[in-house]
Amino acid sequence: MPLRVTLLEAVRVAWMPSNGALHGPALDVLMRWNLIALCLCFLVAHVWLIAAILRRWKSKPATAPKALPWLILTALCAMYVWMAVTSQRLWANSRFAGPAPAAMQVEVVGEQFQWYFRYPGEDAAFGVTRPELVNAAEGNPLGLDGRDARGKDDVVSSVLVLPVGREVDLRLRSLDVIHGFFIPGMRLKENAVPGLVLHVHFTPSVIGTYPILCSQVCGSGHARMQAMLSVVSQAEFQAWLAARERTRIQEGAP
Amino acid sequence: MRLRVFTTSHRALGILYLLLALVAVIAGTLLSLIMRLHRIWPDLAVPFFGTIKPEGYLALVTMHGTLMIFFVLTTAPQIGFANLVLPEQIGARGMAFPRLNAAAFWLTALALLVLLAAFFVPQGAPISGWTSYPPLSAVASAGPGEGAGMDLWLASIAIFCLASWLGAVNMLVTILGERRAGMTWSRLPMTVWAWLVTSILTLLVFSVLLAAIILLFSDRHFGSSFFVPRGDLVNGHIVGHGDGSPLLWLHLFWFFGHPEVYIAVLPGMGLATSLFANFARRRVAGYRVMAAMLVAIGLLGLVVWGHHMFVSGMNPYAGTAFALTTMAIAVPSTVEALGWLTILWGGRLRLRTPMLFALGFLSFFIAGGLTGPILAQPALDAYLHNTFFVVAHFHLVMAMAGVFSIFAGIYYWFPLISGRMMNESLGKLHFWITLIAAYGTFFPMHFSGLAGEPRHYERLAGPVTSFSAIAANERGITFSALLLASAQLIFLWNIFTSVRRGRVAEANPWEATTLEWAPEMGRGRVERGPYEYEIPANETIFHPQWELASKQE
Ligand code: HEM
Ligand SMILES: [Cu+2]
Ligand SMILES: [Cu+2]
Repeated sequence: MPLRVTLLEAVRVAWMPSNGALHGPALDVLMRWNLIALCLCFLVAHVWLIAAILRRWKSKPATAPKALPWLILTALCAMYVWMAVTSQRLWANSRFAGPAPAAMQVEVVGEQFQWYFRYPGEDAAFGVTRPELVNAAEGNPLGLDGRDARGKDDVVSSVLVLPVGREVDLRLRSLDVIHGFFIPGMRLKENAVPGLVLHVHFTPSVIGTYPILCSQVCGSGHARMQAMLSVVSQAEFQAWLAARERTRIQEGAP
Repeated sequence: MRLRVFTTSHRALGILYLLLALVAVIAGTLLSLIMRLHRIWPDLAVPFFGTIKPEGYLALVTMHGTLMIFFVLTTAPQIGFANLVLPEQIGARGMAFPRLNAAAFWLTALALLVLLAAFFVPQGAPISGWTSYPPLSAVASAGPGEGAGMDLWLASIAIFCLASWLGAVNMLVTILGERRAGMTWSRLPMTVWAWLVTSILTLLVFSVLLAAIILLFSDRHFGSSFFVPRGDLVNGHIVGHGDGSPLLWLHLFWFFGHPEVYIAVLPGMGLATSLFANFARRRVAGYRVMAAMLVAIGLLGLVVWGHHMFVSGMNPYAGTAFALTTMAIAVPSTVEALGWLTILWGGRLRLRTPMLFALGFLSFFIAGGLTGPILAQPALDAYLHNTFFVVAHFHLVMAMAGVFSIFAGIYYWFPLISGRMMNESLGKLHFWITLIAAYGTFFPMHFSGLAGEPRHYERLAGPVTSFSAIAANERGITFSALLLASAQLIFLWNIFTSVRRGRVAEANPWEATTLEWAPEMGRGRVERGPYEYEIPANETIFHPQWELASKQE
């Protein structure tokens, strides 16, 4: 392999997996210039250090110009402020602002050592769940309460299927311990905390499949607690959901 | 010198603390090597452990982190070194409370034994990491090791909290009350400033940790629900009856946990300042600023804990507030680094082994510190949190910087303690291999983290991931770690031989100015600053603090 290709390959491997979310490109740009800026600081500091070591043989001792450190300090502080401000904008966009009203609702539930995804169905409302009804062996891993009509059309899946280009509003829950919901390809991470319902929203923008990982140590199966996000076209998504609805009705809801 | 076991001599206790840290660091390093081997060869059978099960890996991580943070980095640079030289450095006759001091050591030793015992109980050591997030840590059935192992962990850390308090009270009272006449605030060696700040931090934050541990213990055994929410369903049983919140633990724990990393690294910062001044034969330009910045770091360190919680369910506005305080702490840290670089510039550097390790400390402090501003940004941390990027960050800025400061201190004070010098050639060899292998181990972890590899993963390939792209990177890390650990044999050999056969040290071998090197402990007034080094024309002059000021000018 020619050297140039090898080098390019090395850089690609050392970087984040390719991005598939609408907010991703801005974040990647931020990450890149941050890393480059800080790498430069690292190099300059070490050049200074090595120069100081080499200069020690000079017969005349010298002092660095008094103003220089203060100048560097000011420049670095300006950089810190700039970093804080630019990234704050991204954070505010994704976390201060809620999802658009038209966003699709999906519930994410973590349990040792499995992710479940629940779609609210046609009524766009999630049925009530109760921990004492949880029974994965009988096909009710989330403890849906059969007496709640809103839950009749809820679809529970172990893959997360999403239509491309539509905003989703995830509601994150955990049944047992803290899990970390992490989709590197969507530049998205938020913990699933028992006792809390946490919301994150994003828009998948590139069709493809993306690993979903657990990023918070949750027990012996932590490294295997993974699922797949599949971003498909709008039509494919409708077909998939309709098929799941049909099987759900045939099986009879709990 | 002879060590009596139940001694109250502070210097002997200092040595005991260092020996305890040595035991812990050897154990902790061996555990980390097993982890590294397992990550690249998951099916390898390890002596004593056999093939490692997933929970086995998590137990190794937990014990490694706990040993290193508490029993190495909280003991050696702080209470260990302080016992060696603090009273002499401020011209005191001894520590303020010698018996308390000894009790603190024995409690620490007990805590270490209790912790190590966790390996030998049914189901083994706990698996919830050194941060022990509930409900995993609150419910025995949540995983192997969360029963008896977790109880031992809690007991060990509770004892450690008590021991740290006693040690810190003793240190604080000694610094405040036992200084010799004339040892004013602006004449304190920078190490003393650092110990002042860490002892105050210790008192504040270990109290909170102890409280949190008691609450967690009560959740586990007395049916309370501080950290477990209603309806929590673990392993088929509903365990949550009250209405607690796991987030409460995160707040309490990180209120302790962040200052804790400053407790680990501040003494190294003080020591590096002293060593740079000494081995560059320079005064510390801006001494007052440098001391003030140590205090500022300590104070700001108390209000940044939320940066560990950006994606934990904490209110996103709070995330912004903590991002700002965290960015703010970068400023005093930058001042310190620039201060050191200024001392070094144009100084007459003597590259003896203690100086090399102090320079290594500076290098790691910069390398690891610079990724701090990245992790301080909630937007970026939302990708990097709990990945190997963070593992790289804290191993550079805390672990390696901390360990290098320990090495620097040992090479530097060895002649003071033993009357002999350590071997310079072995010291230099040890330094260069350790420096290169440490970078080789921890720098590439940034790339694994950027690739999205979470920490606490016992193998790269999972049901939907292979991470095959970083496999070569991971192999490199493991080989480097093996080299890093083996190089420490040079250090042990050097200590072992130098104690008995090292060159006999002359008085004040480093031509230092601080009082621990004074030929005899007079009771005269201190009239000089801590770093009165000068380089006029072609020679170097220095005025130790035990010299009277009348000779000056
Ligand atoms: C030979 C040197 C070392 C090696 C090879 C090493 C390696 C590792 C590895 C492989 C992990 C586990 C990462 C994961 O899977 O999540 C880890 C975690 C950790 N290490 Fe080290 N380490 C070393 C030295 C140190 C030192 C000196 C410290 C001192 C502070 C330290 C503190 C920690 C901590 C706090 C954790 C996290 C533990 C947890 O998450 O519970 N390490 N280290
Ligand atoms: Cu997990
Ligand atoms: Cu912190």
